[in-house]
Amino acid sequence: MPLLDIRNLSVSIPTLDGDVHAVRAVSLEIERGEIHGVIGESGCGKTMTGMAVLGLAPKGARIVADRFHFDGEDLRERAAHLRGRRIGMIAQDPAAALNPVLSIARQMDDVIRAHRDLPHRNRRAEAIELLAATGLPDPERVLRSYPHQLSGGMQQRVVIAQALATGADFLIADEPTTALDVSVGAQVLALLRKLVTERGLTVLMITHDMDVIAEACDRATVLYAGRSVETGPVGAVLQSPGHPYTRALLAALPDAAPLGARLAAIEGSIPPPRSVIAGCAFASRCPQALQECAVTPPPERNRAAHRWLCHLPEDAA
Amino acid sequence: MELLRYILRRTFLSAFVLVGVTFLVFVVAQVVPSDPAALYAGPRPTAEQIEKARQELNLDAPLPARFATFAGAMASADFGISYKSRRLIAEDLRAYLPATLELAIFSTGLALLIGIPFGVIAAARQGGWADRLCSFGSIAAVAMPTFFLAMILQLIFAQWLGILPLSGRLSREIAISAPLPMVTGFNLIDALIAGRLEAFGDALTHLILPALTLASYPAGVAMRLTRSAMIEILERRHIVAARALGLSEPRILFGHALPNAMGPALTVIGLSFAYALTGAVLIEIIFAWPGLGRYVSEAILAKDFPVIAAVTMVVTICYVVMNLLIDITQALVDPRVALS
Amino acid sequence: MKKLVQRLGWPGTVALIIILVFVLVALLAPWIAPYPLQGAGGPNVAAKLSPPSADYWLGTDHLGRDILSRIVYGTRVSLTNGMLIVAFSLLIGLPIGLAAGYFGGWIDEALMRGTDVFLAFPALLLAVLMAAALGPGFLNSVIAVAVTWWPWYARLARAEVLVLRGQPYVEAAQLSGVSHWRIILRHILPATGRPLTVQAALDVGPALLTAAALSFLGLGVLPPTADWGQMVDAGRKFFPARWWYSAMPGLTIFAIALAFSVLGDALRDRKGGTGRASA
Repeated sequence: MPLLDIRNLSVSIPTLDGDVHAVRAVSLEIERGEIHGVIGESGCGKTMTGMAVLGLAPKGARIVADRFHFDGEDLRERAAHLRGRRIGMIAQDPAAALNPVLSIARQMDDVIRAHRDLPHRNRRAEAIELLAATGLPDPERVLRSYPHQLSGGMQQRVVIAQALATGADFLIADEPTTALDVSVGAQVLALLRKLVTERGLTVLMITHDMDVIAEACDRATVLYAGRSVETGPVGAVLQSPGHPYTRALLAALPDAAPLGARLAAIEGSIPPPRSVIAGCAFASRCPQALQECAVTPPPERNRAAHRWLCHLPEDAA
Repeated sequence: MELLRYILRRTFLSAFVLVGVTFLVFVVAQVVPSDPAALYAGPRPTAEQIEKARQELNLDAPLPARFATFAGAMASADFGISYKSRRLIAEDLRAYLPATLELAIFSTGLALLIGIPFGVIAAARQGGWADRLCSFGSIAAVAMPTFFLAMILQLIFAQWLGILPLSGRLSREIAISAPLPMVTGFNLIDALIAGRLEAFGDALTHLILPALTLASYPAGVAMRLTRSAMIEILERRHIVAARALGLSEPRILFGHALPNAMGPALTVIGLSFAYALTGAVLIEIIFAWPGLGRYVSEAILAKDFPVIAAVTMVVTICYVVMNLLIDITQALVDPRVALS
Repeated sequence: MKKLVQRLGWPGTVALIIILVFVLVALLAPWIAPYPLQGAGGPNVAAKLSPPSADYWLGTDHLGRDILSRIVYGTRVSLTNGMLIVAFSLLIGLPIGLAAGYFGGWIDEALMRGTDVFLAFPALLLAVLMAAALGPGFLNSVIAVAVTWWPWYARLARAEVLVLRGQPYVEAAQLSGVSHWRIILRHILPATGRPLTVQAALDVGPALLTAAALSFLGLGVLPPTADWGQMVDAGRKFFPARWWYSAMPGLTIFAIALAFSVLGDALRDRKGGTGRASA
């Protein structure tokens, strides 16, 4: 049984101008001990999916799903309870995720204290140990610091240490490297890999960057316009993508194009979030679109554990 | 460096403002339609007495010279003598200023203690009934005439319930038969110094009603400022992150969000202190509180202008210094202030 | 009406209606007051200090005058007081703010530092000082409060002008040699005037509250003219036994100040765009 099991999740937010469909139909199966990448352009619903799992969707949002389970517990009822106990979050911008006016010691201590009943001295030792586990060189000094006195990479390590301090075994990492330098980002990804093997964690990695998928993930799910359109082991998805959108994404990578050639940008734009989509959401932009693509929902096709939704026959891929 | 420059600049501006304030008070004193010499000379003065008073008060000297004398006297805290009582104003102030300061400081604390938590609650329940109730309460507190609120509180707590004294600063038994030795002039502190708990309690119960009256307006303002600051802060990422880390809601509100709202809180301290100082003019009469407010309102009736000018000067100085301190604190807490 | 509710919300609309009713009462005082003569100050000693009754809905004062009639007449004093304070303040503050913002440089510096001096005083105290110097009386109390009030408008006007001064049409006018006077009158004043007038209209509430405080201290209009603040003060001698004497005018001041406050809140909400548009 997968640790996180989501089938046909939709999140819609009612406004005066009609419902905003932030997530339309996302299915996600994440096994214990893997890093599962969720990739898509901004506005594809990847962050909202993460927020829904954390129970932090905006007030008034309507969450509907055929199945929305974490380790057998229904997230619609248990998300608030699981959050911070078993499910943790690593935010995009560590500078924004840390409270600017509180010391790191205070912020670490608050998290540890919220989860375990320990005397102050032990909590401090625990904080030092966790900071060291994230590879921070001088934990004692870091504890005395305020966020603005740390570099971006150090801040992100503190954020990861906080997530570990909750005791969570499932982490949602929302673009954990976007705000960092490329080399620092790579170090953070390596750290996450290491923590997954050493501590038996499971990570849901939200990103818009194929490199991150290739570098750090075991399996990946591609999201487009609030729908999961393709999922499978990273090797299969990257080397023989099934969905035309995934192929377009890969073609848009800098190293996919010959040196000096223009990047293949995807023509057109994603459907507006308030619209109702009858067929395949990518139909209007798809170079290989058939007539039925805009009208009927695409069927699922698969090669072993690699699955995608498309009208095109499998060999066209 | 930026910080030091900012502090120096603000201090200089405050000093400049105080000179301007002195000048303004002097100018206003010149337009008094009644003749100060006639007042000074006592009841039914003869022409000779008035002339003598005129010389004593140096009223015939040219204006610039008189301003110089006036400013010099103000700078050395020599406020002259009251036309009416002929007592040294500086001496009166020494007795009255602590009484008013005690009231002002106490009510400022009360305003923060009431306003900030309610502002936090309103922000946490934005749009809910608790928010609406708090918001309406703050509007009502701001619109309430202070002098009227004073009377209502007296009616409820002193007349009907009888749990708090109607007026005064100390009970008669203590004030007359066993007066407190005056060390600081603050009754609460003097009572503690003398080790007399019963006097401390007595002084405290006398403080509550006037302080509550003065606190209502700034508490309303504090509530609104805190609410709007908190609403903005609660949407920040680090609050979402704190939730995701499983911190309890009270801990997030008061431990993580509120410390980010210290800026508005400091503003409120200045505001309520100023309000308490001036509001004292209105409510010290009602509560028979022997402070600057009652002093000045008696002077108003007697047209005792030097007293009015002196009180205006002293209170304005307190106010300017307070604002200076708050600006500097704010710059120390948040260095961005100094840069703008 | 529906549009109004949409713009202001229910509380704002009710507040606006209350203010309009007060204006109407002020205009029609002699026809509305049950005892116009007493409202204007005529004594009625036979009925002194009677509690609220069918004859005297809100009771009578120490000279037997009907409190309701006194309050109705007092509306005239309070509203004109508030409006005159704001008008005087605009008259002083607007030109100073315009000049400071438009000309900039040392003119700006000099004018704004001068303004700072006035702002350095706790407002009520400066008003008390002025009123004490000028002596009691209606116009004097208006001047006394206006002296503490105008710096805010000077600051507001200056801030508005600073935004406008950079506008292309103003710069174009300057380049084509239009006189400063014409630019200020034609381009700057109309654009600054609007937001300032709205602010000023809302300030009538706080202004009359301050004026009431002055008259409570005996620095307002002279008897026998009816004035709310003065009535609260006069009733204090008979409080709480004859509570209605102070309470009725006190509640009236509270009601009108509250109406202005709620209306201001409603307008601010809409302007800031933080209405309850989203769920």
